Amino acid sequence: MTAETAERRPQAKRPLFRRRSAIPGFGLTMGVTLTVLSLIVLIPLSAVVLKAAQQSPAEFWSVATSERALAAYRLTFGAAFIAALVNGVFGVLTAWALVRYDFPGKTVVNALVDLPFALPTAVAGIALATLYAPTGWIGQFLAPLGIQAAYNPVGVTIALIFIGLPFVVRTIEPVLRDAAEDVEEAAASLGASRFDTIVRVVLPALAPAWLTGFALAFARGVGEYGSVIFIAGNMPYKSEIAPLLIIIQLEQFEYARAATIAVVMLAVSFTMLLIINAIQAWSRRFA
Amino acid sequence: MSRVIAARHRRATDDPRWAKVLVIGSVMAFLALVLILPLVAVFAEAFRKGIGAALEAVGNPDALAAVKLTLITAAIAVPFNAVFGLCASWAIAKHDFWGKSFLITLIDLPFSVSPVVAGLIYVLVFGLQGWMGEWLLDNDLKIIFAVPGIVLATIFVTFPFVARELIPLMQEQGTSEEEAAVSMGASGLYTFWRVTAPNVRWGLLYGVLLCNARAMGEFGAVSVVSGHIRGLTNTMPLHVEILYNEYEFVGAFAVAALLCLLAVVTLVLKTALEVAQPDVRAGRGGH
Amino acid sequence: MTISIRSVEKKFGRYPALNKVDLEIADGELLALLGPSGSGKTTLLRTIAGLEFPDEGQVLFHGEDVTYASAADRRVGFVFQQYALFKHMTVAKNIAFGLDVRKGKDKPPKAEIAKRVEDLLKLVELEGLGQRYPSQLSGGQRQRVALSRALAVQPSVLLLDEPFGALDATVRKSLRRELRRVHDATGVTTIFVTHDQEEALELADRVAVLNQGRIEQIGTPDQVHDQPASAFVCGFVGEANSFQGEVKGGRFSAGVLTLPASGVPDGAATAYVRPHDFGLDDAGFEVRVERVHVQGALTSVNATTVDGRRIEISASRAEAPRFEGAVRVAARKAHVYAA
Repeated sequence: MTAETAERRPQAKRPLFRRRSAIPGFGLTMGVTLTVLSLIVLIPLSAVVLKAAQQSPAEFWSVATSERALAAYRLTFGAAFIAALVNGVFGVLTAWALVRYDFPGKTVVNALVDLPFALPTAVAGIALATLYAPTGWIGQFLAPLGIQAAYNPVGVTIALIFIGLPFVVRTIEPVLRDAAEDVEEAAASLGASRFDTIVRVVLPALAPAWLTGFALAFARGVGEYGSVIFIAGNMPYKSEIAPLLIIIQLEQFEYARAATIAVVMLAVSFTMLLIINAIQAWSRRFA
Repeated sequence: MSRVIAARHRRATDDPRWAKVLVIGSVMAFLALVLILPLVAVFAEAFRKGIGAALEAVGNPDALAAVKLTLITAAIAVPFNAVFGLCASWAIAKHDFWGKSFLITLIDLPFSVSPVVAGLIYVLVFGLQGWMGEWLLDNDLKIIFAVPGIVLATIFVTFPFVARELIPLMQEQGTSEEEAAVSMGASGLYTFWRVTAPNVRWGLLYGVLLCNARAMGEFGAVSVVSGHIRGLTNTMPLHVEILYNEYEFVGAFAVAALLCLLAVVTLVLKTALEVAQPDVRAGRGGH
Repeated sequence: MTISIRSVEKKFGRYPALNKVDLEIADGELLALLGPSGSGKTTLLRTIAGLEFPDEGQVLFHGEDVTYASAADRRVGFVFQQYALFKHMTVAKNIAFGLDVRKGKDKPPKAEIAKRVEDLLKLVELEGLGQRYPSQLSGGQRQRVALSRALAVQPSVLLLDEPFGALDATVRKSLRRELRRVHDATGVTTIFVTHDQEEALELADRVAVLNQGRIEQIGTPDQVHDQPASAFVCGFVGEANSFQGEVKGGRFSAGVLTLPASGVPDGAATAYVRPHDFGLDDAGFEVRVERVHVQGALTSVNATTVDGRRIEISASRAEAPRFEGAVRVAARKAHVYAA
């Protein structure tokens, strides 16, 4: 509500932070929203920060940066990054095929892309562990090549590729669908080859969506637990992911230590959220 | 130039045939490897010792108790989040107020938090050493390592599903229909049931579908608060984990196969909904 | 460059977009493709550009068959209706694109490209805006960028699809003059598509009127306006009163209205009379004046005949006072077409 309207209607009570609306129910629905949001999400989340803050800064720092924790971060972020990169490549190809090509089984492929959203992560976890174990359907072919996929960082990455794929596809797909084809025609009429058109015109226009999808897949990968623990092997310093470290601390009743690792992970999550929002804001500049 | 007719008869926005074949081929191969093979592996492992063994594993009392708990959890969490989603989207999409995009970010927050952290926060609040631990003990109430904790953790991880589906949908539809109804003297509730609800019912169904799949399949958060008490606090995904860790592979995969069916049904319904009501998916990203 | 379109046919599904179209475009000409939406004018333009390929017929550039040559090989400049600027590139990068993508010895040196971009920005009066992004420009400015981007490759022909369609009226007028100026300065053969007859008549050397995938008439703006070749052209180009009636022995009659119609076969027919071809005439028929309003130097009169037909008359400002009550008018000229 602007000062101007308040002056014109001096008798009207100035609402605290809502603009006048003809539609009723704001007070009730907003009240429910804020209450539930606080009770379910905000207050419990603050508990973890407060718990971690019970330690002295030095204690916090030594737990947060212990050798074992650092190894876990390296694995978690590294595997999530590589998985997001792989998904970045195949996600673009999948979205491109779904939007621009017609092929038999397209509806099935389209539905299948969302499988990682619909399939419980534990199920994915045991299935991948079985497939990539040295005796598994895929593992038996990798073993003679000297590649051990399951029970080490490679396995973690494989699980995170499974989890992250739909984020990239579903972020790029609507942008690609809305992209006007006349831009590609313009490039062609200016003498650009199809390859040049894609590299110089199409892909740069997709960059914000690609980065967003990449960041979403990465963020999901960092927090992922269910699909990873079965295939990871969970060896301290080697194939132990950060979320598992929280559970291990918890099982030893080291609540403050668990909260410390959790705070580090929350900080990363919020940073990713900020980055995603920044990418979106940046891409709106060109719209 | 007429001799090159066949080779050149390609529109400026079309890719050469070899490129199409290459893209579709690599996408199909990638999806088969990453998505289809795990799905097939689950059923293959489940039926390794015949259908009888699989059915026996599913009919085991502990397994049935897990199915029951999973259904109860979803039956509480999904309606809860549906009501919350309707309240939040009504307040956010139909009214203007300061801090709107920040509120949307807060509602989306659980998607960026690792499921393990989601479980941890409730342990820190309701656990024996938590904020309310003593009070709960004195009043003989149990939340952590009991069903209420499982429900709470499930609500947290599925919190944004319905809201994030409905908010953009309601924003797209604007407020003119509601304003028309209110100007003709309709009450808020009447306007909601007769004007808004019919416009958003497919979006609501879509959100509920995804919310339900995640609620039934959640592993990480539930695993932290459950305590893994067989027959009492084991949901289906947790039961899968226990059986798998005890090397009862047929049992683990048999229950996993049941969860796979849930995922497949979810995807089929979702695809059917997208085909019948293309608007529900219009221009929105993943999750 | 001369362009020849020879019996070009194109169907979209079962819908014929172009139906045996023949058209010769002379070197350096400024030609308008005029028609209502769905008349095939944009399809024809895209066929010339290589963005669509005909089912039958030929497209020749300077006598060379380019019917199925790709757009990239034709060296045409195409200005899209929504401009199709590259959003993530600056204005300068947009204009330079056609030169930047060239390979090997075809690619001009960097300094030359920069010079060419500067020259083009000057030509379309956008100096100093080279480092802006398209989103920072107004509609009219984007249109100019699209035009200079198309000109940058020194196209053998410049094609524009509804170039002023997305602009408001005042910008449209000034850009129209601009396009004429750019055309005269560069001498490039130019074809533009429009549904706005005023735009076509004002700007073009010749106008091709299209309807339902066929060319109804090709001619200078005067010819198309004054000697329409068909009922459609007469109705679509310029304003006209139309009357359904009958021809008998070289005379058209519709109620009180009779008009000469020599050469038109007997039977049902439609007559068109331009508002300015009606004039006060004591030997004419009687109409009742209903409304008189001034349009600049002219006066527009709405009147009704005694048998209830509405007609519009355009007269000079000086005649305005004489249009009052019942007056007698006659048509100085009419176009009659057998139905």
